[in-house]
Amino acid sequence: MQIHKYDTVIVGAGGAGMRAAIESTKRSRTAVLTKLYPTRSHTGAAQGGMAAALANVEEDNWEWHTFDTIKGGDYLVDQDAAEILAKEAIDAVLDLEKMGLPFNRTPQGRIDQRRFGGHTRNHGEAAVRRACYAADRTGHMILQTLYQNCVKEGVEFFNEFYVLDLLLTEVDGVKRTAGVVAYELATGEIHVFQAKAVVFASGGTGKFFKVTSNAHTLTGDGQAVAYRRGLPLEDMEFFQFHPTGIWRMGILLTEGARGEGGILRNKDGERFMEKYAPVMKDLASRDVVSRAIYTEIREGRGCGPEGDHVYLDLTHLPPEQLDAKLPDITEFARTYLGIEPYTDPVPIQPTAHYAMGGIPTNVEGEVLADNTTVVPGLYAAGEVACVSVHGANRLGTNSLLDINVFGRRAGIAAAEFASRNDFVELPEDPASLVVDQVESLRDATGNERVAEIRKALQETMDTNAMVFRTEQTLKQAVEDIAELKQRYNNVSVQDKGKRYNTDLLEAIELGNLLDLAEVLAVSALARKESRGGHYREDYPNRDDVNFMRHTMAYREVGEDGAESIRLDYKPVVQTRYQPMERKY
Amino acid sequence: MSTPTLDKHSAALDAAENTAFEQITITLRVRRFNPEVSDEVTWVDYQLEMDPKERVLDALHKVKWEIDGSLTFRRSCAHGICGSDAMRINGRNRLACKTLLKDINPEKPITVEPIKGMTVLKDLVVDMDPFFQAFRDVMPFLITKGNEPTRERLQSAEDRARFDDTTKCILCAACTSSCPVFWNDGQYFGPAAIVNAHRFIFDSRDEGAEQRLEVLNDKEGVWRCRTTFNCTDACPRGIEVTKAIQEVKRALITRRF
Repeated sequence: MQIHKYDTVIVGAGGAGMRAAIESTKRSRTAVLTKLYPTRSHTGAAQGGMAAALANVEEDNWEWHTFDTIKGGDYLVDQDAAEILAKEAIDAVLDLEKMGLPFNRTPQGRIDQRRFGGHTRNHGEAAVRRACYAADRTGHMILQTLYQNCVKEGVEFFNEFYVLDLLLTEVDGVKRTAGVVAYELATGEIHVFQAKAVVFASGGTGKFFKVTSNAHTLTGDGQAVAYRRGLPLEDMEFFQFHPTGIWRMGILLTEGARGEGGILRNKDGERFMEKYAPVMKDLASRDVVSRAIYTEIREGRGCGPEGDHVYLDLTHLPPEQLDAKLPDITEFARTYLGIEPYTDPVPIQPTAHYAMGGIPTNVEGEVLADNTTVVPGLYAAGEVACVSVHGANRLGTNSLLDINVFGRRAGIAAAEFASRNDFVELPEDPASLVVDQVESLRDATGNERVAEIRKALQETMDTNAMVFRTEQTLKQAVEDIAELKQRYNNVSVQDKGKRYNTDLLEAIELGNLLDLAEVLAVSALARKESRGGHYREDYPNRDDVNFMRHTMAYREVGEDGAESIRLDYKPVVQTRYQPMERKY
Repeated sequence: MSTPTLDKHSAALDAAENTAFEQITITLRVRRFNPEVSDEVTWVDYQLEMDPKERVLDALHKVKWEIDGSLTFRRSCAHGICGSDAMRINGRNRLACKTLLKDINPEKPITVEPIKGMTVLKDLVVDMDPFFQAFRDVMPFLITKGNEPTRERLQSAEDRARFDDTTKCILCAACTSSCPVFWNDGQYFGPAAIVNAHRFIFDSRDEGAEQRLEVLNDKEGVWRCRTTFNCTDACPRGIEVTKAIQEVKRALITRRF
């Protein structure tokens, strides 16, 4: 076991982690620990754009953006945070441009902007061009630009270091951040990183669904580590299903395709979104569009031999426009479906895309141990966190924005905390939990296989906890997950070695997914209303009287060692916007 | 308002929507190496039932998840964006997640081995650190002088288009590890680093071209390129890598960019 000492440790090297690292490296001795080489992070898969009211192509302002974000989140958004997001968006985009990001340009040479779902002029009048973009590779450009600037700033990376534990030490009755424990994939060695401040920026957890746009590596590692250390997880029942994933594969096809004029059609060729969202049509918010697609499918208007998908129709757009604005997604259709999107409509279905919930933080990125108490020295940003700027449903282009605005804030706040405070003593035997976890998995001889349990988890989640939910389906999911957790106790890996043991890694990841899927299902079961991405067929209306509040899920361990989930609730921060009925 | 999309059905769309699992038996022949167990390299054949529409990555996962959990490879996004799974498939560098079985003749054994010219650490996993070091050496970031503007820097659409091709790089190393010069001389920067230098040299906002060109004028720099076009063939993003290298060479001579 090796022990390292850094002022600030950042966990994860996607957009949020690297944006934080650029700030904290200037201000404190910083290490970035990342499971993947930084450029492999899933920020790179984001396509369509990053929202900011630059008003480069038409009238726009950050107040309209704030309103759209709050409405898009079905009024579960903390309004103070949304205002910061929309205001700081402008500098966040300009900062990236100055770092070198190659945005598409207007004829005047300014950053070009395009339409995106839920982004409107003057509080819902019509779609507005707010998404700053680089073809359909905006996430790729952000990830590359941030990595390039990390190289420039000399950020110190520990590549393929997998963080498995968060160290908290109680000082005068207050839990304080002492560091993290990481597993080095190349060697199997365990490393303790003592740190004054820790920033979790480890991304999402979509791999508990089968049809998902998420990478294999998005297994909720940061959320699971925090949760196991007694910290709450906020609003985990809110998971976004992006309307346009490639049928069955789940590969993302950007909403920018509809921003450029693409149309969703059912088997009769009907532009069905007109029925569900008369003003915004195909550019309604994602939860609305995904429900509309499944309604069409359920009512027998789906496409294909089994009627289980609909079409994204781009055939009326000029090929030059597709080549210039949507080159990657048209290539995905060619590569993975063998079709030509110039002339063929693309078979699509909603795909599990984004966790609105996560580790609760305030607007400075400080992690909360309950509704109000900050954990000194602990920060989180990006998809792993819940600020909450996305509420019950995130608007497209607001996540690339979130990672930049709150990644930056968390990086600055963490480094400043580190400069004001001293190291906290490490707990006794700091790596013990990780050593036990790794050794017991490596030595296990049970007869269960990781891949089988993961597949069963993904199947129950797709069947029971997706776009449409009921008490019955969610109870089924809870029951199935409990059974899978039992089976997980008998899981074993075939690779018993230390070097690049990805068999072991997948087993640990599965443990994280099981814990988080359970939190999702239990939180969803308790929320007896429909709001944003959480739709209960047995409670089809939003219930502001009883449920305009954030869910806070805690892991409890009884005296007999039995685990359970305790749910609590936290009020929504409301500033200037009163909840209204949500129509597009 | 409605367009009769059904009329537009092509044979390709019908094939794409076909839900029947078309089953074929393939042989996946994988180069296995784990120095923790043995210094010997072995080739192992796996017989698999697959759909020809599945990817080589799916076949590797099938082995790992159902037959031998110790088979080791990197992967993440599984759709050609993250650059984790470049490997040598039937003797050619490709991304396993972007290579469909039907596109590489599944009737013969499909050979899978690590990309060449880099140290193999285990099975298909190679040491990427020297590759990323070469990337860092070309100063792959915007270099500017003077005060920053308040708003964005202006750039015409034409100027933006000038370096568009090389912004697509995902640093998968397929190009660099396909280069015969790189195989014989590990000191050579390799195509990927030059592509990333190109991305900045031809960016109208950048003022660091002279510095970068000096780095590439080195004896291990751009002049080592022998224009074999392997890199262009290997690039999963369709970047015209050899052309980019030639443009950098020309810029070194003319000092115009």
